[in-house]
Amino acid sequence: MTATPPTKTRTLTMVAAINDALALALERDPDVHIFGEDVGVMGGVFRATDGLQARFGQGRVFDTPLAEAGIVGMGIGMGLAGLKPVAEIQFAGFLYPALDQVLSHLGRYRHRTRSRYHLPMVIRAPYGGGVHTPEQHADSPEAILAHTPGVKVVIPSTPADAKGLLLAAIEDPDPVFFFEAIKLYRSVKEEVPDGYYTIPLGQARVVTEGDDVTVICYGGMVEVAQKAAEAARAHGIGVEVIDLRTLVPLDTDTILASVQKTGRVVIVTEAPRTGGFHSEISATIAEEAIEFLRAPIVRVTGFDAPYPPFTSIEDVYRPNPVRVAKAIRQVMAY
Amino acid sequence: MSQPQTTPPDPLTAGAAAYEDAQGDLVQTLAPDGSVTRPGALPDVPTRLHLYRQMRRVRHFDERAWVLYRTGRMGVFPPYGGMEASQVGTAAALTHDDWLFPTYRDTGAALTYGLPIPQTLAYWRTSPHGWAMPQDLKILPFYIPIATQYPHAVGAALAERRRGTANVAMAYIGDGGSSEGDFHEALNFAGALDAPCVFILQNNGWAISVPTRTQTRATNLSRRADGYGIPGVRVDGNDVLATYHVTSEAVRRARNGEGPTLIETVTYRIKPHTLADDPSRYRTDADNEGWDAKDPVTRLRAHLLAEGHLTEEADAALTREIEAEFEAALAVADAFPEPTPAEIVDHVFAEPTPGLRRQRAQLLAEEGA
Ligand SMILES: Cc1ncc(C[n+]2csc(CCOP(=O)(O)OP(=O)(O)O)c2C)c(N)n1
Repeated sequence: MTATPPTKTRTLTMVAAINDALALALERDPDVHIFGEDVGVMGGVFRATDGLQARFGQGRVFDTPLAEAGIVGMGIGMGLAGLKPVAEIQFAGFLYPALDQVLSHLGRYRHRTRSRYHLPMVIRAPYGGGVHTPEQHADSPEAILAHTPGVKVVIPSTPADAKGLLLAAIEDPDPVFFFEAIKLYRSVKEEVPDGYYTIPLGQARVVTEGDDVTVICYGGMVEVAQKAAEAARAHGIGVEVIDLRTLVPLDTDTILASVQKTGRVVIVTEAPRTGGFHSEISATIAEEAIEFLRAPIVRVTGFDAPYPPFTSIEDVYRPNPVRVAKAIRQVMAY
Repeated sequence: MSQPQTTPPDPLTAGAAAYEDAQGDLVQTLAPDGSVTRPGALPDVPTRLHLYRQMRRVRHFDERAWVLYRTGRMGVFPPYGGMEASQVGTAAALTHDDWLFPTYRDTGAALTYGLPIPQTLAYWRTSPHGWAMPQDLKILPFYIPIATQYPHAVGAALAERRRGTANVAMAYIGDGGSSEGDFHEALNFAGALDAPCVFILQNNGWAISVPTRTQTRATNLSRRADGYGIPGVRVDGNDVLATYHVTSEAVRRARNGEGPTLIETVTYRIKPHTLADDPSRYRTDADNEGWDAKDPVTRLRAHLLAEGHLTEEADAALTREIEAEFEAALAVADAFPEPTPAEIVDHVFAEPTPGLRRQRAQLLAEEGA
């Protein structure tokens, strides 16, 4: 956090903390513009932009036609021309029509113009499961973005983090994807510092300390991992839960320091298994710290299938505390 | 049962005769022989001479690029010879406060706008020196993915309006590119959000091997604007005074807050798609027939000579000036050093990530420099 964190706090949900961050960003920097589908009058389908148009005007916060490539593409043009576009894609699963703009342009401008142009754009998108949404509303496409050179990927897991990370993302001179776990929007409340503060991108958070197993997770999986860690602790297993907070840049130092201490690793994501970001973490640990490992790394993930829109079996796809606890036992028993 | 449709012949791929039939649709100022057909639309004489000089300059670049390619001193280059009026007349309507979003085919437009020749050569030689875009120009690197720049232009235009300037954004596309979704999204966004944009659609008859008639059932691409509630204008793309006239009007409208315009420049790609392409595989001499006679450079030259604004001596002097300018620029481009391997990972983020720093160190260790 910034040198002197504000002392006053308020109890906020994650969505309220995000709304607070957006309002502060609009207030602080006249270049910041917020746009997307339904973000204006309605304040977004999750109300993340609630009240912002009324307060900052239709020039700063506006509804666009329904077209994701158009939203991202137009934002790129705004960013090239010196504004700070903060676009909302209504659900991360609807980012796909815009992937051409992301892969072909968003991540390439600094490189393509040898830094003559850069894109200080933020794309916010609700992602992930656990709330019984229709098809494609629960997708977790973060690995696609993490694999795209030139874009950063941020995924907060708490209201206070969401606010500080979002403000840092908006300050960042490069494009940032900001994925917000739908499950966490209103399920957690905590004390959030008032006023403006940032949390630097690229610094993981050690949620709980422990000596036996490192559980690496982010976003919607942090509370799942925490529950599993509590259960394990009841059996005398010390679990260190690491919330990555940002996938790009990745805080490998924190990961490796923990692995050197515990020697056992469980990685949890709700994204499909093959080629997921968890594979990147596994490979990094294998390359940098294999001599410290006392057991094979275990990944707890979704499946190589579309996220199921079937309420009754959604919880089978999405990792739950029981599956994570089982993985913890597995690495302990090796 | 519907009546059998009488679709007008495609003016471009049905040969030059059909182009004559389509004349009624086209804004034109000069007939192919250089005689004036619309006196009211002629710009003043200094502007006419400026447009002539630019057309000669960009034609020279196109011709020299061909030779440099054949001798291994140029990368793959998409030629635009024959389309100079389409590119010069449109780009000349901008100032450096305006934005230009060119496709790979629009080297002529970029040079007209002001991209320096050494840099342009470096770009097509795949040197990073051609990718370091000049700070004083609001031009983007040539877009390789089709149509994706159209929404960017909308965003840049909107940004200018937000800042309260009268600056506009201009983007280019081909007839093939106008089939892409981004083209339609951008036109719709620009109309709905009132963006000061000028959209140039260069209908040059071909998308690599695919003729316009295979691309779309539409025969008048400017009318696509109707669907988005914005004006669409069709102009003789081989008549630089006409392209300059309609583009200046569209720029004026955009500056005035009157919104975007789509301009279809009806022209022809006489040359191959790129210098590595063999068009004899997909088109015949009959397809090309009559287009040489519509050449934009000889058309304006004939007009200027006939009106006494240009003499043979002044024209010869211009040739020498243009050649000298190019050779000097080529020498500058030849002197640009080759990139080093570690440059691969430069300019990804403002601050390299730890991962990129490690990868750079590894490149230095393995490749040196
Ligand atoms: C998105 C995308 N798809 C395919 C291509 C491959 N491609 C390069 S040029 C071209 C034809 C474009 O034709 P047109 O838009 O008419 O422009 P022209 O080359 O005639 O100037 C194609 C298909 C590409 N560059 N980008």
